[in-house]
Amino acid sequence: MDRKRTVVATAALLAGALALTACSTNRTETGGASSGSSCDTSKGTLVVGFVAPLSGGLSALGLGMKNSADLAVNQANQACKVPGYKLALQAEDDQATAQIAGQAATKLASDPNVVGVIGTLNSSTAQSVAPILGQKKIVEISPANTNPSLTQGDNPASASRPNPTYFRVATTDAVQGPFAAQYLVDKAGKKNIAVIDDGKTYGAGLAAAFAAEAQKRGAKVVAQEKVGEKDTDFSGVISKIRPLNPDAVYYGGEYPVAGPLSKQLAAAGLNVPLMGGDGIQDETYVSLGGREGDLATSVGAPADQLPSAKAFIDAYSAAGYKEPYSTYGALTYDATNVLIQGLTTAVGSGTFSNTTRDALLTAVQDTNLDGASGKVSFDQYGDTTNKVLTIYSVQGGKFAPVESGEFQAS
Amino acid sequence: MLSTFLSQIANGLVLGSLIALIALGYTMVYGIITLINFAHGEIFMVGAYGGLATLTYLMPTFIAQRWYYALPIVLVGGSLISVLVAVAMERFAYRPLRNAPRLAPLITALGVSVALQEAVRVFYPGATAAIPFPNLFVEGTWIIPIGDGVPIRYTGILLIVVSLVLAFGLERFIERTRMGRAMRATSQDRDVARLMGVDPDRIIVLTFAIGGALAGVAGVLYGSYLNNINIDMGFQNGIFAFTAAVLGGIGNIRGAVIGGLVIGLVKALGGQYLPGGTAYDYVWIFVVLIIVLVFRPQGFFGETERVRA
Repeated sequence: MDRKRTVVATAALLAGALALTACSTNRTETGGASSGSSCDTSKGTLVVGFVAPLSGGLSALGLGMKNSADLAVNQANQACKVPGYKLALQAEDDQATAQIAGQAATKLASDPNVVGVIGTLNSSTAQSVAPILGQKKIVEISPANTNPSLTQGDNPASASRPNPTYFRVATTDAVQGPFAAQYLVDKAGKKNIAVIDDGKTYGAGLAAAFAAEAQKRGAKVVAQEKVGEKDTDFSGVISKIRPLNPDAVYYGGEYPVAGPLSKQLAAAGLNVPLMGGDGIQDETYVSLGGREGDLATSVGAPADQLPSAKAFIDAYSAAGYKEPYSTYGALTYDATNVLIQGLTTAVGSGTFSNTTRDALLTAVQDTNLDGASGKVSFDQYGDTTNKVLTIYSVQGGKFAPVESGEFQAS
Repeated sequence: MLSTFLSQIANGLVLGSLIALIALGYTMVYGIITLINFAHGEIFMVGAYGGLATLTYLMPTFIAQRWYYALPIVLVGGSLISVLVAVAMERFAYRPLRNAPRLAPLITALGVSVALQEAVRVFYPGATAAIPFPNLFVEGTWIIPIGDGVPIRYTGILLIVVSLVLAFGLERFIERTRMGRAMRATSQDRDVARLMGVDPDRIIVLTFAIGGALAGVAGVLYGSYLNNINIDMGFQNGIFAFTAAVLGGIGNIRGAVIGGLVIGLVKALGGQYLPGGTAYDYVWIFVVLIIVLVFRPQGFFGETERVRA
């Protein structure tokens, strides 16, 4: 009896383990229309890894990123960008969780065919992914991480690059927070600002950078509060800041919290605009309760207004993806192209091996690309040199660009 | 300052009565079969999705636009789904383990919880992210004119009233009816209750059904109050409800309600007045729990643990 039970239990466990592995292998088949292209792919397949939240609250952003990376990979295959090789995108879901992202990174790093990784979306997940990939000298290019410590270390006064294989095409919160403060204090004339964040790497960093610049510009930060990233009822925080009469609320975090927060602010009679960073600049923000007149900053200029992004947008809609390209679409497309271009330079007519990784790293560091989001090149920390940001405001149920500009420190 | 204090009290009462409504299910199931049903939070979540499905897929627009028609129908729809899931859960996950060691059903409960979350995530359209839930009651906020004004949403008032009425009704049901007496008997000694002609299986199903119905109502009211729902909502609120049940004395109806209200008030007032602010409001809940358990391990209203022969 006992033995039989053990057998059954083992069988069940095995079946479960098999099911799990089957689920997590998520290799996206590239091709479709392009699969019949006439490129020479005799040397095999190189894998472009991708890590972002493909399920959960932030999946609207992550799926747009995945499609954009897929588009870049398909185009490269069609144009025979890497002689002798076929490129394949392998997308891993990190569920916006650092620990799961670490597992995804380990999995990708153990595959010798993975040439580089595009991702992640969240700064907190990048903190666990970048060192894992770094050990194997795998290039990581993030289209969306904005926390400064990823490239400059924890002490901005004596910056040192913690992850030599990590690059990003998005500007950092050290730029984005102050940019928001300049607009909100100087242009919108808000002088009593309540600052709330979600305590995560991205949100807390952004809120701190914002608060410092806002105070420098003569605004009063009337409160600095924290909420949980899974909270849904913000009545406690709102009751706390309501008697302080803020004329604006700045939120460091993402739209799953920001949308309901904005709605509950209004419901408690606090009809002031909520402003946030690129983490709230998504259509879902409005459907979750974001109000007219709420503000957001985002990295880069709006894709649909850039002439350089037109080709990307046309190709994206022609490819017929189910989800919109979302906030980071153009940046992800650029990040993937940076990697592919580097690969073209590094591999040349040779073959890809572990020794090619150094050449690839140098090639990416020296990138000079006219991308969909503008010019892409990196400084000595792996940060983008393109410091263009845009202010958006909710008008008619969606984020409309208000103004774009290059950030000027003052 | 007074108005801030009163606003936080109002916030605490709303959250507290929501938690109380869920905690009733926890405490009843524990009282009857000494099982901590960790999947009960998911019953609450399923109720919210069931309510939303009733509204989106089954209801003609002219009814959906009038809250006095829509609200009762959605409440019934949501709690019906919850009852079905709760009863199925009892039948297929817990009943086969009725005589197994106590750890087995506990772990099964955790498994059921994950399974329900994933089921909703995979099968409900759009459930991979939070989805908007319409306000099913009078729109707007009542600003009580004290000091700077104490805002409380009408949906919040509804939540408080409904949950207190249901808790009171439940207590009367258990104290005054034949079924209630059978429930008490089963909880005291299942074997002797069986000798007296009570069918324990029926009573256990009834317990799960009542707990499920209350959780379903809570799910719909929660959605209507906060205007969006996600698949994680059951986990967090379930943990609070479990804490409330333990705080009040698990197995005790009145204790669950008081425990829920205490948790709501501690969270709201702790976030306002205690050091650390709103970042630490959850911490205070568990600090209170620990303090209460040190001095009164059986909770506010709990009976001291009987040692069974």
